[in-house]
Amino acid sequence: MNSLVRARRWVGQHLILGLGLLVLAYTFVPIAIVVLMSFNDSSESRNVYKFQEFTLDHWLHPGSWASGMSESVWLSIQIALLATLVATILGTLAAFALVRHRFAGRSAANLIIFLPMASPEIVMGSSLLALFVSSGFGGQLGFWTILIAHIMFCLSFVIVTVKARLSGLDDNLEQAAMDLYATEAQTFWRVTLPLVLPGIVGAALLSFSLSFDDFIITNLNAGQSVTFPMFVWGANQRGVPMEVNVIGTAMFLISIAIVLAAEVARRRQSKALAA
Amino acid sequence: MSQAAEATTSSVRSGSRDLRLSKLTKEFATFTAVKSLDLVVPQGQFFALLGPSGCGKTTTLRMVAGLDTPTSGTIHLGDTEVTYEKPYKRPVNTVFQSYALFPHLSIADNVAFGLKRRGVKDVKQQVADMLDLVELTSQAHKKPNQLSGGQQQRVALARALINKPEVLLLDEPLGALDLKLRRGMQLELKRIQTEVGLTFVHVTHDQEEAMTMADTVAVMNQGVIEQMGAPSELYENPRTTFVANFLGQSNLIAGQIEGRDGDRVTVRVQGSLASVRGERAHSDSGEGWLGIRPEKVLIAETGQPIDAPGDVITGGYITDVSFVGVSTQYRVMMPWGQELMVFEQNTGARPMLPVGTKVDVSWRPEFAFLLDASQDAKAGIEED
Repeated sequence: MNSLVRARRWVGQHLILGLGLLVLAYTFVPIAIVVLMSFNDSSESRNVYKFQEFTLDHWLHPGSWASGMSESVWLSIQIALLATLVATILGTLAAFALVRHRFAGRSAANLIIFLPMASPEIVMGSSLLALFVSSGFGGQLGFWTILIAHIMFCLSFVIVTVKARLSGLDDNLEQAAMDLYATEAQTFWRVTLPLVLPGIVGAALLSFSLSFDDFIITNLNAGQSVTFPMFVWGANQRGVPMEVNVIGTAMFLISIAIVLAAEVARRRQSKALAA
Repeated sequence: MSQAAEATTSSVRSGSRDLRLSKLTKEFATFTAVKSLDLVVPQGQFFALLGPSGCGKTTTLRMVAGLDTPTSGTIHLGDTEVTYEKPYKRPVNTVFQSYALFPHLSIADNVAFGLKRRGVKDVKQQVADMLDLVELTSQAHKKPNQLSGGQQQRVALARALINKPEVLLLDEPLGALDLKLRRGMQLELKRIQTEVGLTFVHVTHDQEEAMTMADTVAVMNQGVIEQMGAPSELYENPRTTFVANFLGQSNLIAGQIEGRDGDRVTVRVQGSLASVRGERAHSDSGEGWLGIRPEKVLIAETGQPIDAPGDVITGGYITDVSFVGVSTQYRVMMPWGQELMVFEQNTGARPMLPVGTKVDVSWRPEFAFLLDASQDAKAGIEED
């Protein structure tokens, strides 16, 4: 009786902790596998899903990577950087227009912004392909068509993210700046932009990972070009080379590093303020 | 502080730098917020624009700041017209109702913002002096959201004051503070205004705040100024039912005006004759409202003597008593079916009268005022 009560209390006290650990395990086990496999020497066997021997070769010798992989990674990075840059600039401008100006068709524009996010990727991809082909670019599918497609879907996410930040901004702040002798340009650079910047940076990071990661739309519009996700997909037909896990792990580490850097900067700032 | 004072004295230019609004009008798509407003705020005054929300007081303030463009009319500062000048080109600064402190800048940088935009050298010393004035020196490196409401309010004030504007506009600056802090800040603001000698235009819907702080109060309603003057003048001698009800409370009793006799106007009120001093009678004939402030009405149990030279009106009974500490507020049902409010100081000379007590009321005739009966007797009564 007594031990039953005690057991029950123990479960009660540790239930949330236990559930939390399970959720974390659920999220992180696949990533752990990716990290582990990046050190797997699979050269002796085609069974790529089994850890055979520890090696640093994949990390240390990018030259020995499966043929076409480095090129695909480089292409993906180029496209992601360019798509991020263009989508962030255009999207930020669009967000300002949608939040700050009253114009005919504004609410319609607000709604249409969500379409690329809401429609299935396969639909977006095939309709883009139809568009490119019917407008005579069917023979030139490749870098530029992929870039255009990526900018298109990144744009929605940028607009939505920046808009959220911007509508949370108190109008009075800009009026206060103007009241305090700041011209329109000074008001923008000294008050508006610094306050909206976290939203813009967030949107840019989101764009980069969306673009780097995209497979469906890219695959339909890539022509002969091969991005990294396409390479992985293709390689998977024969068995994924272990080097893919190196890129996966590196991407994961970079994201973690960005989050940590932001957190450290924030803590340092609040510490300096408290002092 | 010495610098601020110095600059103010050195900025006493030839000719006055009064703020003059003439025929100022602001129309929005569906309504007119400000209707042909004429107003002069003398240099160095603490001026209050008082009115209920939606009366156009904030719109007026925003036009002076340059944040709204008038539909017509002009705004002058001294001889300079600033009607269509950009906000950053006007020697006017605003303390916003929401404070509008820049959340990404430290307190010191917030205060320095205006000086830096104008390329002023030696900002540091001035910021230090200003933070000293508002007693926030120790908070200089914090961000606005780490400060309490009262501290944020003082930052907003310092950020505007440091620029030594010719006119400082205050848009309900104390509205977000709790009552006790608000009373403290009222005195503080008044002290600072006296110290720096700038023109303050204070917008508020709190009549007590306006009366406590301002040299001159303008009562605004529906886009026009109903009456303007010193607080005591407005309170003692309101010219419209709106002012009578919005500034404090009033008993308005319907009567027939018999006519003017020298310096007196006689009114027949519910069977008895009352006389009103000439300068307090704002109507000469026909129907009128006889007004008397609740604290001017004297009350006693029927038959007991009342210390007033005027007529004693008998036949009332008490319908409601509320004890508010310094005073007791009675509602008295009069024989003609109207409830009068009577406030009596709790001097302890007599116990509180219970509900149902038959009472007589009276007042000194010189405290009464007379208004035109064409106005709504309930105008300006705030719904709680």
